[in-house]
Amino acid sequence: MNVAVRRHFDRFELEEAARTLRAQGGRMIMLYAAPEAGGTQSVRYVSSRAGIGFDIWVVPADTAIPSLATIWPLLGWYERETADHRGIVFSGQPEPFSLIAPLRSAEEADLRRLPDISGDAVQILPFGPVRAGVVESAEFSFFYIGEAILHYVPHLFLKHRGMEDRFTGQTPETGLVLAERISGVGSAAHALAYSQAIEAAAGVTVPDRVRYQRVIVAELERLYNHLHYLGHLADTTTLKVGHAEGVLLAERVKQINARVTGSRFLRGVIAPGGMRRDLRIDGLASALDELRQPIRKYINRLDASESYFDRLATTGLLPREIAFDQGATGPVARASGLDRDLRRDHTYAAYADPDLAFSVATHETGDADARARVRIAEIENSIVMIQRAITLTPTGKIRIPCLPSPNSEALGWAESPRGTLIYAVHFGEDGRLARVKIKSPSFSNWRVFPYTVHNTNMMDYAINEASFGLTIAGCAR
Amino acid sequence: MALWTLIGLAEGKATTGWPLKPGPDGQDGVIGMPRLESERCDAGCSICVNVCPTHAIALADEGLALDYGRCVVCQVCVEACPTDALTESNNWAFGVRARDDLRTAASVAPVARPSPSRHSFHRSLHVRHVDAGSCNGCESELQALNNPFYNLHRLGIFFTPSPRFADLLLVTGPVTRAMLEPLRRTWEAMPEPRWAMASGTCAVSGGIAPGGPCLSGLEDVFPVDLYLPGCPPNPAAIIEALLMFLGRIQQRLHRGKMNDE
Ligand code: SF4
Ligand code: SF4
Repeated sequence: MNVAVRRHFDRFELEEAARTLRAQGGRMIMLYAAPEAGGTQSVRYVSSRAGIGFDIWVVPADTAIPSLATIWPLLGWYERETADHRGIVFSGQPEPFSLIAPLRSAEEADLRRLPDISGDAVQILPFGPVRAGVVESAEFSFFYIGEAILHYVPHLFLKHRGMEDRFTGQTPETGLVLAERISGVGSAAHALAYSQAIEAAAGVTVPDRVRYQRVIVAELERLYNHLHYLGHLADTTTLKVGHAEGVLLAERVKQINARVTGSRFLRGVIAPGGMRRDLRIDGLASALDELRQPIRKYINRLDASESYFDRLATTGLLPREIAFDQGATGPVARASGLDRDLRRDHTYAAYADPDLAFSVATHETGDADARARVRIAEIENSIVMIQRAITLTPTGKIRIPCLPSPNSEALGWAESPRGTLIYAVHFGEDGRLARVKIKSPSFSNWRVFPYTVHNTNMMDYAINEASFGLTIAGCAR
Repeated sequence: MALWTLIGLAEGKATTGWPLKPGPDGQDGVIGMPRLESERCDAGCSICVNVCPTHAIALADEGLALDYGRCVVCQVCVEACPTDALTESNNWAFGVRARDDLRTAASVAPVARPSPSRHSFHRSLHVRHVDAGSCNGCESELQALNNPFYNLHRLGIFFTPSPRFADLLLVTGPVTRAMLEPLRRTWEAMPEPRWAMASGTCAVSGGIAPGGPCLSGLEDVFPVDLYLPGCPPNPAAIIEALLMFLGRIQQRLHRGKMNDE
């Protein structure tokens, strides 16, 4: 078990512990329901102390558990999701209704949607789930007057596929195939977090060659995601050529991905115990060299376009306190001044090697501009890290046996392009997966996003949504 | 803005000529569907049948039967096969008109739904996309079709926001129950004649996520005119499937075999 402290709590001690964690500068991450011996369930609370590790609190779930959503608001969605799927009651939950289920009746819709807004001029605009363009399905309710948005409610679980439950009964190898298909544009990060969880459960350490190759794969994923993101953001500011160039650069990285790994989405390489195939690394360094100039020029051009960054500045403001309380993660959190990155704070793969030159980019302003600038800094850092990792990769084995023993459990994590991604894996008596919980960055950032939409205007919405870089699949699972 | 237009023109040679003129398809190195040569199988071996996460492989009278409509291209069977009966391939152009053409052991001749007539599309095709529960990998490749490398418009194919102007409904994902009604509404809003395409293994058969909150693909909702497995199908595979549907190029896969094999 790769955690610093694992404590068994009585539910009466819970609120006190939650307050202490806050007072001591720790950070709550997630909660989930886990199977316990004798067919009972517990709720696991995962929190982090930077430089120390993750703590897990285990609380029996035979009766109602006090909600911690008023102390750690970010837990609100986890509690509601756990109530939906596992029937656990969280007493005092401030939003005591289903998170996942589609709306079934008008009254239920009213109960869930209606904030304290009234007046003849207020209109409700339901939007989606089938929206304009080639995008993921989700439904949004805007409460608005004219151009002004008073309140905003996203409904994000129409494409809930029950993915976590599909892991039950799988072997580590077939579970990997599922992990790579939770969020397509995060396939590598999911494979990595999942594999590291299985390796921790098995108590094995992967060879050095694997550690560097995993950095290369993970940073290629960040690169194509962030480039696509800049292009998409340009599209929302109606900068058409800026859009075309951004997505063309992303396409070029996807083509590199295929040459290096066999998959445009970097699937089929990272696996429990190492790598399924050696990376085809020849040509990668020169391909990146060729890309470096166009990327630099592209970013400079964006910088010189008044219409781009001007539209981003002050749009979609996310204050630091809200970012912390509601659980913002990844570039979104770093753009609001939260200096957090798993690659450094809970380091893995080869990120701790100073020769890799990894650095964490942060910004203070918390607007769409800051989110774009954090990603731009990460694009540049990713290219450097890939190039260095190519030369730092030692020879050696790429895979070792990795067999978790029955009833073992562990956490695995990765800083995905969108932020903190955690897998909790539990094995059963038969040595197969008994429970997998996925804490995905889009689940976290979708929870935060509405706070930047209430009391803004329709003109800014598309830009703001693009600046968050969210996926629905990762959120809905 | 003027600056961007100039730069766009100067660097504008990004678009490939493929598939109508010489040019790269952009898929160098992409690993495709596994190749099956069941005459290499050891008698009694069923390792691949047991490891395939989507049950795409079954034991049949004539040896192994592979249903590419269920294959998510994970290569687990290729790694497990002790006799190289299953091997890695670069074949990804798996768009077909009849579901049975995705099966290596179709017992009856594959039957497609009626082809669109030559006059149906006035030289252009309008596609409405609906995500019915994808992992977003399929959307990422659909979005790529409009990047300057593939530049789908040059082929007279357009994604349209309005179902009222759409000829073809392109669906991704296994179809979650919650997306069933919105999907049906979009279909009903399309004028006849209208066609439906299942894009990606999830939409073809349910892929990795049949059952539970999901159906087993688009066929559970209405008849499908065009199937394209792949996880996800890459942009070139989507282009080939759409051109094949329009009768502008030939279907390459018949009864689970590529033409040139
Ligand atoms: S590559 Fe296809 S047939 Fe082979 S194991 Fe994966 S899903 Fe099954
Ligand atoms: S077919 Fe594959 S890529 Fe497409 S939605 Fe399904 S899992 Fe994702």
